[in-house]
Amino acid sequence: MAAPDSDSDEDLVSYGTGLEPLEEGERPKKPTPLQDQTVRDEKGRYKRFHGAFSGGFSAGYFNTVGSKEGWTPSSFVSSRQNRADKSVLGPEDFMDEEDLSEFGIAPKAIVTTDDFASKTKDRIREKARQLAAATAPIPGATLLDDFITPATLSVGFELLRKMGWKEGQGIGPRVKRRPRRQKPDPGVKIYGCALPPGGSEGSEDEDDDDLLENVTFAPKDVMPVDFTPKDNVHGLAYKGLDPHQALFGASGEHLNLFSGRPEGTSNLLGDIGVNKGRKLGISGQAFGVGALEEEDDDIYATETLSKYDTILKDEEPGDGLYGWTAPKQYQRQKESEKDLRYIGKILDGFSLASKSLSSKKIYPPPELPRDYRPVHYFRPVVAATSENSHLLQVLSESAGKSIHDPGTQSRHQLNASKRGELLGETPIQGSATSVLEFLSQKDKERFKEMKQATDLKAAQLRAQSLAQNAASSRAQPPSPDVGHGSWHTALRGGTVTTKASNFKPFSKDPEKQKRYEKFLASMKRGQKDALEHCLDPSMTEWERGREREEFSRAALLYASSHSTLSSRFTHAKEDDDADQVEVPRDQENDVNDKQSAVKMKMFGKLTRDTFEWHPDKLLCKRFNVPDPYPDSTLVGLPRVKRDKYSVFNFLTLPETASLPTTQVSSEKVPQHRGPDKSRKSRWDTSKQEKKDDSISEYLSLARSKVGPLEQESSPFVNKEEVHMKESLSDKPVNKGVDSQAEGGDSRPSMDLFKAIFASSSEEKSSSSEEEQGDSEDDQEGAGEAGFRSPQEELPSVAHTDEPAPQEPAPSFVIQKTQIDEREEFGPRLPPVFCPNARQKLEAPQKEKRKKNKEKHKTKKEHRRKKEKKKKHRKHKHKGKQKNKKSEKSSSSESADSSDSQSEEDTADMSPQELLRRLKHLPLQRQ
Amino acid sequence: MSFPEPKPRGPVLPQKRLKTLDCGQGAVRAVRFNVDGNYCLTCGSDKTLKLWNPLRGTLLRTYSGHGYEVLDAAGSFDNSNLCSGGGDKAVVLWDVASGQVVRKFRGHAGKVNTVQFNEEATVILSGSIDSTIRCWDCRSRRPDPVQKLDEAKDGVSSVKVSDHEVLAGSVDGRVRRYDLRMGQLFSDYVGSPITCTCFSRDGQCTLVSSLDSTLRLLDKDTGELLGEYTGHKNQEYKLDCCLSERDTHVVSCSEDGKVFFWDLVEGALALALQVGPGVVQSLAYHPTEPCLLAATGGSIHCWREEAYEPESGTG
Repeated sequence: MAAPDSDSDEDLVSYGTGLEPLEEGERPKKPTPLQDQTVRDEKGRYKRFHGAFSGGFSAGYFNTVGSKEGWTPSSFVSSRQNRADKSVLGPEDFMDEEDLSEFGIAPKAIVTTDDFASKTKDRIREKARQLAAATAPIPGATLLDDFITPATLSVGFELLRKMGWKEGQGIGPRVKRRPRRQKPDPGVKIYGCALPPGGSEGSEDEDDDDLLENVTFAPKDVMPVDFTPKDNVHGLAYKGLDPHQALFGASGEHLNLFSGRPEGTSNLLGDIGVNKGRKLGISGQAFGVGALEEEDDDIYATETLSKYDTILKDEEPGDGLYGWTAPKQYQRQKESEKDLRYIGKILDGFSLASKSLSSKKIYPPPELPRDYRPVHYFRPVVAATSENSHLLQVLSESAGKSIHDPGTQSRHQLNASKRGELLGETPIQGSATSVLEFLSQKDKERFKEMKQATDLKAAQLRAQSLAQNAASSRAQPPSPDVGHGSWHTALRGGTVTTKASNFKPFSKDPEKQKRYEKFLASMKRGQKDALEHCLDPSMTEWERGREREEFSRAALLYASSHSTLSSRFTHAKEDDDADQVEVPRDQENDVNDKQSAVKMKMFGKLTRDTFEWHPDKLLCKRFNVPDPYPDSTLVGLPRVKRDKYSVFNFLTLPETASLPTTQVSSEKVPQHRGPDKSRKSRWDTSKQEKKDDSISEYLSLARSKVGPLEQESSPFVNKEEVHMKESLSDKPVNKGVDSQAEGGDSRPSMDLFKAIFASSSEEKSSSSEEEQGDSEDDQEGAGEAGFRSPQEELPSVAHTDEPAPQEPAPSFVIQKTQIDEREEFGPRLPPVFCPNARQKLEAPQKEKRKKNKEKHKTKKEHRRKKEKKKKHRKHKHKGKQKNKKSEKSSSSESADSSDSQSEEDTADMSPQELLRRLKHLPLQRQ
Repeated sequence: MSFPEPKPRGPVLPQKRLKTLDCGQGAVRAVRFNVDGNYCLTCGSDKTLKLWNPLRGTLLRTYSGHGYEVLDAAGSFDNSNLCSGGGDKAVVLWDVASGQVVRKFRGHAGKVNTVQFNEEATVILSGSIDSTIRCWDCRSRRPDPVQKLDEAKDGVSSVKVSDHEVLAGSVDGRVRRYDLRMGQLFSDYVGSPITCTCFSRDGQCTLVSSLDSTLRLLDKDTGELLGEYTGHKNQEYKLDCCLSERDTHVVSCSEDGKVFFWDLVEGALALALQVGPGVVQSLAYHPTEPCLLAATGGSIHCWREEAYEPESGTG
């Protein structure tokens, strides 16, 4: 068509539809512009294509709800007049017409359902399949496919349908109409017991007697019993309040939460309600008249006859129990009325039992012994040798019972023959049960002798431990916990202070804390069984045991750590609830291991500690990082901190002197058991060198009374104790002290001594200071607190280089200030007002060299040099120099009081110096 | 047409002393580059903080308001704010342009050794001799810190911040790394008091200098020792260390007036610059160029590579 030439027509192949030839005089049609090439739906709205082809659909305006103007709610229409015909809105009410059309999401057109669709609908496909089967590599393979058609209906259905069954019918041979059974006269009461549930066949009766005799009927359908498992905690057959029923449903009936399916009466009443045109609102006596109620005639529950059945019926039409052979209670409702009144409604499918169940006898559970704990507590196995018999004894004492108690020998340890022996049976004769019986008489005797010897030994041991046990168990309440005896003594040993209550070890659990406080209070009053009283009686025995243990432990741990003391302690970083750990393992604990690891350059796992750390929520926000622990309220390291160098450790100190050794050692036992028994102080690196001397012993005792300084001493004392396995007298203390007295890293204890005796000359202390300053370890011993105590002043600390620290301090302070200016964490300042940078550079350098040289010289020399140096520079900064002098003379020190320096300074200075200083002030400012 | 990237040049070390600035503010406690390396801050012992153009040697502004010597300073990512901390226990947030104190955070119980902004300059982290690191919120008017990291047992000498980590070196001989994203604290024991820590620029390693005259390069994730650098002297003072601009070299101050350069991988001493006779107490390395600032006494020295030609107009 497009080509006018016929020749070319044959040659060419043309595709598509040719344009119509233009007519003469007609203007060529303008092509429709792109913006007009739109698709509209039947309402004239633009249609956009979403997805592949028109598969997707768009909703509203550019996939939003509503139109270009936004979403406009449908205008309000008063429903006052037509409230009656207002029905419940379904989803269809909100759907567009397109959705209801054939290809919408909810097509309304009448479609043949699967049930009625012809099975041979897709003949073409079947044919294709047959073909495929013929040509397939395995002929007939598709036969399998036929078998495995996706089942829409079960085989049973199919079969039944083939047999002529239709949905809605019952199964079975068609029945003829049976003559109606005679019902008992309702007027006649039947006395006696309920009828046996045999007469339920009556349910199949029909009212209809108009039907012919020769007509057979399909049996009634049987409602399958619902076997859905009950997965809620409601009562049997309870259904929650259905809002539809409550608000719009039958208003005449009481809401019946227990009728799964509406009963006959309710239906009846419901009909009435509908007839009256009352649909909305809850009504009834219980609810009164609501605002939505139109008529208030019914509020007093008028009884009308129409609410009752006037016709006798065999069975309720709505009932679906046909065929179900369970008794029909409604048939006998009248008879069982009395019972029902008590029990309430009887569930479908149930009837009242005719005879009552014989009540079962209930046996109470056996009573557990008071100190029974359902947790097995593993005790360390200690071989009984002569060396550690003491330890053994301690162990057995702490356990509150003997380890080898023959009386309590478990039955599991007995074998059959032994049990038989105990029961008095005669041993079985006959086949040999043991290798022993094959042995010759002589060998047997030999064995016997050996056995007797060992038995004797064991018996002796047992007897020994038994005796000990008896002694200790008399002294202790039957509490099984480990430190029981120890806390008792600890608390009553006068070490408990009122400050103990400042600590709230159980602050997480206020109830528990309360109990704990009560326990402490009664403990102070000296009640022995305080613990038992304070425990919550509603707790289980196991919980009690646990709490008892915690309390006693806490009482020990927190006993005398009052706030000032505790603030000077460093805190442990581990969780408080760890059961077995007396002092939680901390990063500080294995510093020795780490040190050695560092020395061997084995960085990595050995030197690394990883902790859970909770950043503040706000901090995470500021860092643009998701909170790693979104539901924890905790900040920082988890768990309440606890004294690392717990008071527990030095509580034992006075005890070691005052208490019998057994008592003390029983306290130690838990420590031995702790997983961190090898824990060491970072100070006692030289613990190998141990020496006893009486002075140090004296010192340690003295130190224990010194108060706040104790915390300094406690760590190593503690550690020493831990190291000591045997009975602990004051020996370990001595050793600890000794180890500090010797060696390069013994500085803390030296300082302690100074602090205690406060009489050491400045020369001495300074020299020691110097030496220690050199040693590398000494940097290790940096103080625990944020501020170092003056003794611990180190070169490493960035301490003030300000000329004059002032606070009065112990005698060793003079040398301290020198260290301050010398061993500054950061180079000394050049004079501020010096105009020449070169000179400035010189001064500190010179000083430094000297410093290094001086290091090993005595303090006095050092000082002299210093002064010389200063004189040398005097012309430059007289004022400063003066300050230093004055500070020296006043023997004052301050680590961080740089702020308050000037005021204090002036207080200390003479008027002349002040004047001089004033003169220099403007210079310093520049 | 684009040529392939030229072969990576061998790392050039700053060896030429370009400039010496006498800061005139007493001892220079710290010298810090700003974020792009065009300016530097010097912290003086005369309570002032000064902003310089180190290449031209011009003083741009002096910030005074500290009550005692200034010990450390840092600039924000957008150059709009500065923070500084000093012996007056205060952390000060400055406005760069006006030179005014924007906020003063008080709460530290001791000298503030080190301050850092976080990546977005919304938080200032300050490490103090009182053994705490405090996180101050710059956004709100809260006077108290957002969080106090008090895990250190001794003074905190160095704090560095990455986008989600806080690296802190303490005199107790431990390097602690707080990982905000993982919510974990990694504590590496080094033993000797730590004077300075820093992240490598690739974020994989941490460099730790301690008072045993040793620098250690630790693997950030495992804490393993990757390298050790010795030869300098650092036994008494808090000296800075850092990595060169491309992580090729480890740079550290020394107490003998030198700045030491080690090859990062081999650990061999590459260069020892004699900066001055006294202690070199602080240094800063340019973020992108081989340019080093070293502070000794009351002056700072700017070092560039040999091939560097100062631009015209350099005063």
